[in-house]
Formats: sequence, C-alpha cells, structure tokens
Amino acid sequence: MPVLEMQGITKRFGPLLANDQIDLTVEPNEIHALLGENGAGKTTLMKILYGLYQPDAGSILIDNRPVRFRSPASAIAHGIGYVSQHFSLVPTLTVAENIVLGYEGRSLLQRREMEQIVHETAQRFGFNNIPPDALVRDLSVGQQQRVEILKALYRDCRVLILDEPTAVLTPQDAANLFETLLDLRARHLSVIMITHKLEEVMAISQQVTVLRHGRVVGRRRTSETNPTDLANLMVGRSTAAVTRKANHQASTASALNVRDLWLQDRRGVALLRGVSLTVNQGEIVGVAGVAGNGQSELVGVLSGMIAPDRGTVEVRGNALKLGDPRAFNRARVGRIPEDRLKGVVSDLTVAQNLALEQMEDFSRAGHVDYKRIEQHAERLIREFQIKARPGDRARTLSGGNIQKIILARALARDPVVVIAAQPTRGLDIGATEYVHQKLLEQKERGAGVLLVSEDLDELLMLSDRIVVMFKGEITGRLDATTATPETIGLLMAGGQQDRQANAISAQPLSGRDHAGLPT
Amino acid sequence: MLGFRLERSPAPLWVRSLIPLIAVAITFLIVSVLILIAGAHPGEAFYELLINPLTRPTARAEILVKATPLLLTGVAVAFAFAGGYYNIGAEGQLYAGAVAAAWAGTQLHEQPALVAIPVMLVCGFAAGMLWALPPAILRIRLGVDEVVTTLLLNSVMLFFVSALLNGPWRDPISNWPQSPTIAASAQFPQLFARTRIHLGFLVAVLALLAFWWIFTRTRFGLELRAAGLGREAARFMGVRVGRVVLIAALISGGIAGLAGVSEVAGTHYHLIDALSPGYGYTAIIIATLGATTAPGVLMATLFLALVDIGILSASRQLNIPVYLGDIIQACLLLVALATLLLNRYSLRRSQP
Amino acid sequence: MIEFIATVLGATLRISTPILLSGLGETLIERAGILNLGIEGTMLLAAFNGFVVAQTTGSLFAGLAAAMLTGVVLGLLMGFLTVTLGLNQHVSGLGITLLASGLALFSFRLLYGGASTPPSLPESFRVIPILSGTPLGPVLSQYGLTYLALLLVPVLSLAITRTTFGLRLRAVGENPEAADMAGINVYRMRYLALIIGGALIGLGGAFLSLAQLGAFTHGIISGRGWVAIAIVIFGNWQPVKVLAGALLFGGLQALQLRLQAEGVPLPYEALLALPYILTIIALAIAGRNASYPAALLKPYRREG
Repeated sequence: MPVLEMQGITKRFGPLLANDQIDLTVEPNEIHALLGENGAGKTTLMKILYGLYQPDAGSILIDNRPVRFRSPASAIAHGIGYVSQHFSLVPTLTVAENIVLGYEGRSLLQRREMEQIVHETAQRFGFNNIPPDALVRDLSVGQQQRVEILKALYRDCRVLILDEPTAVLTPQDAANLFETLLDLRARHLSVIMITHKLEEVMAISQQVTVLRHGRVVGRRRTSETNPTDLANLMVGRSTAAVTRKANHQASTASALNVRDLWLQDRRGVALLRGVSLTVNQGEIVGVAGVAGNGQSELVGVLSGMIAPDRGTVEVRGNALKLGDPRAFNRARVGRIPEDRLKGVVSDLTVAQNLALEQMEDFSRAGHVDYKRIEQHAERLIREFQIKARPGDRARTLSGGNIQKIILARALARDPVVVIAAQPTRGLDIGATEYVHQKLLEQKERGAGVLLVSEDLDELLMLSDRIVVMFKGEITGRLDATTATPETIGLLMAGGQQDRQANAISAQPLSGRDHAGLPT
Repeated sequence: MLGFRLERSPAPLWVRSLIPLIAVAITFLIVSVLILIAGAHPGEAFYELLINPLTRPTARAEILVKATPLLLTGVAVAFAFAGGYYNIGAEGQLYAGAVAAAWAGTQLHEQPALVAIPVMLVCGFAAGMLWALPPAILRIRLGVDEVVTTLLLNSVMLFFVSALLNGPWRDPISNWPQSPTIAASAQFPQLFARTRIHLGFLVAVLALLAFWWIFTRTRFGLELRAAGLGREAARFMGVRVGRVVLIAALISGGIAGLAGVSEVAGTHYHLIDALSPGYGYTAIIIATLGATTAPGVLMATLFLALVDIGILSASRQLNIPVYLGDIIQACLLLVALATLLLNRYSLRRSQP
Repeated sequence: MIEFIATVLGATLRISTPILLSGLGETLIERAGILNLGIEGTMLLAAFNGFVVAQTTGSLFAGLAAAMLTGVVLGLLMGFLTVTLGLNQHVSGLGITLLASGLALFSFRLLYGGASTPPSLPESFRVIPILSGTPLGPVLSQYGLTYLALLLVPVLSLAITRTTFGLRLRAVGENPEAADMAGINVYRMRYLALIIGGALIGLGGAFLSLAQLGAFTHGIISGRGWVAIAIVIFGNWQPVKVLAGALLFGGLQALQLRLQAEGVPLPYEALLALPYILTIIALAIAGRNASYPAALLKPYRREG
C-alpha cells in the first residue's frame, strides 16, 4: 500500500501551467527521485504537497485516505517534512528553538529541557555535531541542512521531501547525506528527493518520476533504467553526447587580468583568498565549484558590484576602479548576473532596461531621447529573438526572455570581456542552446569570456580552460580538452592539484571537516 | 465548490481604469454613515462638500489657495517616494523653510521685491534641504531607515519653532508667540485681484511642471525611477543609486521648504506654530493617491483641497464638524491603497 | 533638594506611563514585523472613547475596557491592511492615525460641541498613596496603571524570551517564510501581536484621559505616539530597554516642567527634543547593525 499518492495535480500561475495532471505514488521505505530540469514543476508539486500552494485540481491521499492541506501545519500533522533549497531557519534563533518552533508542546519554554529533547532526537538518528544551543546563523551550510532534516524528524515525519539537497554540498557532504537518507529509509521513512542530477538518481533512489514542462513524462524503477534513458526523458529527445569544437585558437593577448583578490565578510570570514586568473582574447575560461565557495563573490567583484579588500582587475591592461559597476560598463565588460532578477528593474520597460547601461548614448545634457531608446530596443529584440515589445514591463516576461534581455544588453556593444554567471540556470533546452551559441560567438569575435556555472557539462562543452574554486581559492587549473568530470569533482571537493603530474590527490585541503558532518 | 481567490495577475483593464471611481465611491459610502450620525443628509452634505465650492468664485479661489502648500508638499513627497525614499518629514522641512523665510523676510526691508522674493525662496529651499540632509545621509551611508528619522525630525523642528517663538522671536508688542512681520517687499503679490491666490501658487505649478519634466524627459528621472523600483538592479546597470537618491531626498526637502516660504510670505506674513495643519502628512496621501506621477499628484491635490474648502461650507450650512474632512482624506487613502491592488491581483472564481 | 528630586522622580514615572504602555504595545507589534505608525491616532481615539464610556457609564473600568477595545479594533484594521492585503506599512499606519484622529475629534465636536472648557470626569483614577508623608511618598504614590505598566515590563520581557508565544513572535518577525514552513500561521501571529499591542496602546491613551488629566482635550496625545516609536527603537525592541527609554523621556519632561515652574531660564524645548535626537543618534551609531526585526515592513504572502 503506497504511503502517499498525488493524483491529477494541476496548478496554474497566471498564464503558466506549472503542474499539469501530475500523478505521483510513493511507497513505504522508498527513496523516490523527482527528476526534471529547472522549471519542470518539481518544486511547485512539492510545495502543494506541503500545503504551501493550493492545487487548482487533483487530490492527495495519505495511507489511501484523501487529505487536504491548507497550510504546512496540516501537512506536518500528516507526517510530511520538507527541507527547502534555501533553508527555512530563523538565523537569530538557536538550533533547539528552530527545531521545536511551532511544536513546542507547552506554553512556557524550558531552555534546558528543550535542548535535551533536541539532543536526544539527534542522537536517536545518529546526528552528531549539532550543538542545540548554537545560533543557527553560526552554523555551516551542511549543519543547517542537518538541522532542517532534524526538524522534520522531530515532527515525526514519515515522508521527507528534500529539494535539491546537494546543490550546496561538497561531494563528501553529499555522500554523508546519502548515507543518512539510506539510514532513514531503513527506519521506514520515505524520501522524495528533487534533483536534476542523474548520477544522484542512479546512486540512491529506488523509483524515479521524471517531469518535463509540468507533466510526468516517465516513471522508472531505478534498477531498470540508465542515465541515458533518464536524460532523454528529462530533455525530451536524444541528447547527443557532449561534444566540443576543439578550436582553441585563443591569442596570448589577455582580455581580463585578475590579480590577488581578497575579500572578507562583515564577520571576518574570508570569502576570496588571493584569487588570480587571466582570460585571453578569444577564449572561454570556466569557473567550477560547489555553490558557496567564492564564485558569487568573484562574479560580484568582476561585475563591479563588490569592492574587494585587496587586488586588481585589468581589462586589456587597464586597471578598473573596483566596486563601481560603471567602470566595468565603460571598459566594455558585458555582465550576466547570477540572479537575473537583479539584472533588470522589473517595473521598468524592456526598452528602458536595455538602455540604462549606456545612458551616455541616449541622452544629451541630461535629456533622454526616448525615440532612440525604442529603436535600440527594437533592434535588439529582433537580433536576440526576445518575445516582447519595447514598451512591455520586464515583469511580464518569462525567465528565458528576461535572460535574453540581459544577454542582449551585455553583448550589444561588442564587449571586450564577458562575465557570464549561471547564464543558463532555469532555462529550457532551446534557450540554453541559444545562450551557448551566443557565448561561442563572442569568443570567435575575440572577446574573453569568463563562464561561472554549476553545470559541469556546460563548462566542459564551452570552456577552453577551467579553473576550480574551493573555499575562496583557485585550487585547480585545467585544460578543458583533457579535464574529466571526475578530476574536476575531486578538486571541487577540496582535493589538491599536483602541478607536475597534473594528477589530483583526494586529500582535503584542510583537516577541518567542511560542513561539520560526522565522518 | 464555489469560491473566490486572489490571483497574481492584473484585473481586466476596464476594472483598473475605474479604480479612482471605485475608491471614491467606497469612501463616500463609509463617510455617509458618519454624515447621518452627524444628523445631516448625505446628499446635501456631498453637495456642500463637492459641488457648492465650485459654484462660487471666492470658494474656487480658496481651493487654489489651499492647494498651494498641498501641491508643493505633494510634489516634494512624490519626488522622494518615486526614488524609493520614504520621506515622512515634509512637515518638518516645511517649517524649516518657513523659519528661513521668516528670518530672511525681516532682513530684506531695503530690498525691492525682485530681490527679496527670490532670496527668500532660495533660503527656504536651502533650509528644507538642510533639514532633509541628516536622514538622507544616514540612510545612504549607514542604511538607517529614513521613515523613523524623518518622522522624529518633524517633532524636533516643531520644538525648535516653538523655542524661537517663545524666545527670541516672540512678538515684543503683542507678546504673542509669533515672529515679526516680514518686509512688505518680501510678501508675495496676489496673482488675481480680489482673491487670496498668491505667487506661491505659481511656484507650486512650476514645481509640478519641473517634476513632470524631470520624470518623463531626463536621464536623472529615469535613473531615479530605476533606483526606486529596483535598487540592486539599478546599481548593476550603472546607476549611482546613492547619489541619485540623495539628490532626490534633498530636492524633496527643498520643495517642502518652499511650501513653508509660500505659507509665510503668501498667507501669514509671519511665522506661527500652527502654520501647517499637517500639510506634510497630507502630502503623503497626495503622493500615494497620485501614484507619484505629476498628473496624479495634481488631481489628488485639487480633490483634497476641494474637500478641505467644501467641509467648511458643509460645517457652516449643516453643522457637520470640520474633522470630517480629515476622515474623508484618511478613508480615501486607505481605500485607494486597497483598490490599487487590482493593478496587481484579481479576484477569480476558483475552479471546482 | 530631596523634595525636588522626589517630585521630579514621581513626575517622571507619571509622565513615562502612557508612552511606556504604548511603547510596550508597539514593541510586540514590531517584533512581529509590523511598524505601526497608527499608534498616535490610536492613542487619541482610545483616550476619547475611554473618556466617553467612563463618563456615560460612570465606570472608569468600563472606560479602560473601551480604550483597549479601540486599540484592538484599530490593530485589526492595521492587520487587514498590512497583513491580509499586504499594503505598505508606513502609509497604512499614517492613514490609520489620520482616520482615528479624525474620528476622535469629529465625535468630540458632535458630543461636546464647541465648549471652551474641556469636559472632565467627575471622578478619575486616583493615585495610590504609598509611604505618603515620607520623602519617598511623592515617588511611590502613583496611579495603579503606572504600576501595571511597570509590572508589564518583566512580564513581556519573559513572554518574548521564555514562552512559546514569544518564540513564535520572534520567528514571524525575523523570518516569516521559515515560520510558515515550520507550521506556524504567520497571519494569525501578526494579528495576535496587533491585538495585544493595540490593547496596550489603547491603555496608554486611556491613562491620559482617565487618570492623569481626567479630561479630554484635542492635544491630549500631542506626539506621545511618535515618542513611543522612538523609545522602541531606542530600546532595541527589548521591553527593559524600552522602559529605560520611557524613563529618559519622562525624566527630561519632568525636569523641564519643574525647572519651568521654578522660573529657571532655559530653552525647555531643547530638553524636550533631546530624546528624539538621542534616538536618531542611537540609530546612527547602530547603523546597519541595528537589530531591527529582520522582516519589519515586509508583508508576507505565499505565492500560491
């Protein structure tokens, strides 16, 4: 008898059909992978299961009894637990307070007793290294994830939902997480894991449900499928093996020269530790790394959004004023931000968003020539195939079209350097290929492209060279033609590169366990 | 199962274009209850409030006199709001301008009007800017929320005015807490014979036109809107957000200061502590109702000024307390805020 | 000298009471993530309603109840606007202040006409004489509401730090998404804070009309609501420090009154303005590190 069934779930957001008649069945003692690309509707479906969204149609059955979740509280009461991608913890409360929050059991809090109960729960499930009295904001990402899982277990969950749980973890931490999940399964819990990583599905799940464009496109027993089959389901056609054009014709003239960047956050934690790199003209350099190892900060510095504590950035030999986006603009650095919503003002029009970066060209003595702004927009809309009119507000556009606006703006003025951060995150296959093609065009043109991505395949396919970041440092520099996902993966996990042999040792850089997980 | 739910998509266009009417209608429905309680007939009361003032030339002129400080403070607040800077301090900045005008106005006895009046306007603008400066700096340099600081500075300014009027500026003859009368040459001339409409109204209209021009035609206006609607994205695109917002905050303070000059030089000719019945706060209503656009601000100002004058005649004729005017303004604000949601959400019948 | 100090201290406690009560109410509301600028108008309408009910029923306690109810109703209105509809908190709050003030003065005029002398209660709350005759008498002999306000400081302090209610309140004010995910009804907690806080704000208003003055006038609140906002920030959203802020304000005011009465030539307004300026300076020093409830001013809404 299945522990959970979702039948015919449909959910619309305005014109977007996020979930279309989705059926999902989860058996007891099962790790069920919910596989799909970004935007396939996985998270929406799980938020419906957790009572955060109300479905437009469809029903949910727990132990064959129909239930209706109007809020997370009712989902929790039926044994659903949810660990979201961006953890939902209150940073200023302690671990224990976060865990009991909402289920305190009595109206007066006994701090000691509360911490004891949390400690016992942690012990019961073999979670060490979680101090109940610590403030959550002082914990590492890995620890915070464990607190989230513990929170669900404290509420006696029977079905645990994990949304992209490995996105923020090193491979080692991910391995530890998987052990935990297998252990939970042995304790008769069911787990639903949202992911778009095939190897994770193959490694840990028993069942897979594949979503595409809000629909179920396949159900498989993991033991009866393979990554190619799943990949085909996920993207909707046969994926050609990753091929790259081996036309490494970069000149030796540097386009971008970054030297010795250092950055600390307000609490004195080092975010960048002496990052240096060079991108030559006509070259794509990929930056690999597990999220949170300094890539965002590097992109921030190279977009002019963050002033580092120390270091220089040169574009074709000219040092730029750091922490000033306009200096990067003027030096013709085309920038694609990590979070595309921070790249456009969503209540301004498409035309205004396309023009704001180069107002010198559209205004005289402070007076704006709106006619030319509109013509400019019309040209870019044609050229980049943006589905919008110049006068549309940016907020009415799809993610893919917003990304195209940013791309058009970044590439419109024949940039010398392109800083592309996660340029295809959340895009469908067509849009992704379009972005790839545009980046390759820039390289052919002679621009130096720095591509920061969490997608290893993307990096391997596009880059000429790849650098790997770990804890704010560049720990590896590889030739993309010879690099393999395995070698990069080891470096991402803190392995060290032996320069002579170009071999990689699996020793972590520091003895300290990165996420404070039990080893 | 039949029910309604909010959906994140704009209501149909015909509904949205009716928003001002819907808001006014709901407000009047609420206010009717109070009119009945006051023992008057709502129909008659609304006639006195909204129609009667428009039929009499003197009342029409009074509406424009009333609109003068409202338009100036309304433009001031709208300027700041559009840049995402919540200047709640227009009231204090108005008094800062008034203090400057009252001071300058008494120093200019020797000067012709062509000198005296511009000097006073400049002094008032500068004083308003100066009073707006500390909260703006705190917000931009240190990230201190401006709502609270501008609000508190209003009280500080009122204490300052009271200290002046009870101390050095107390009228030596009458011993009233009012400043000496400003020079005759510094007093604003009347624009039309037999009305109280003064030069300040012209200043207000010019301020409104400047506001409109800056917002729809200039680079600064576009950058200010970008900064107000999305700080981070604006900065990413090369807008110097801190600078743009600082300038907007200062202009906002300056224009509010002009309202103070206009009240001193155009109506009272000296400084009193009851110079403003809360124009700086009404301005927040105006900027909000006017959606921080120039035509919107103008409409909202004229409507509120009409209500302000109309309530006087309703009070005389029907014995309705004048405070009904405040209630109408407040209701209109809250109802309009709520109905403006129709721009973003719509009620949809949920599917069974 | 001792007598001077004792009377100033006594006056300090008396003057602090209404802003302390309202400030504590505002603290709860802000801890839940709502800046309630409706406080000034709420105090005025509560003072008025309390006065009218006390006068018509002859019961001061009925007056208190009416004042608290006024605060609750206006809190619910604030909740409807900012929690349910998710409207801008500053503008909604100022709108409520304007509305409530308008209603109070409108009704006042209807009921009492243009009387030049303010109507007063035949009997208002009296001070409880404690150790009268001794030097401590002027300090300790206070209204019951003053003692209630002082008692509320530790009570609310403990409620915020040591109870389930306080834990949920803090969670909702710091990270409503997380609180929602943990199964807490964010809307209900915010409404609850507005109800309890509103009642306290109402009490603050009622103290003035039912105890300190025993009468109602237009200027009965005259900015005390804004002072309450200031002391909440000054007090770093902690009841004990809010008390300190209230005493500072009350102390300066009491000193000012006393010195003025003795004819000491001083710019009294400078003393009165001091707490506002200190609050702004405190904010400037704390800067970005000011421990604002992280979700203050942010409406919460699930997308679905």
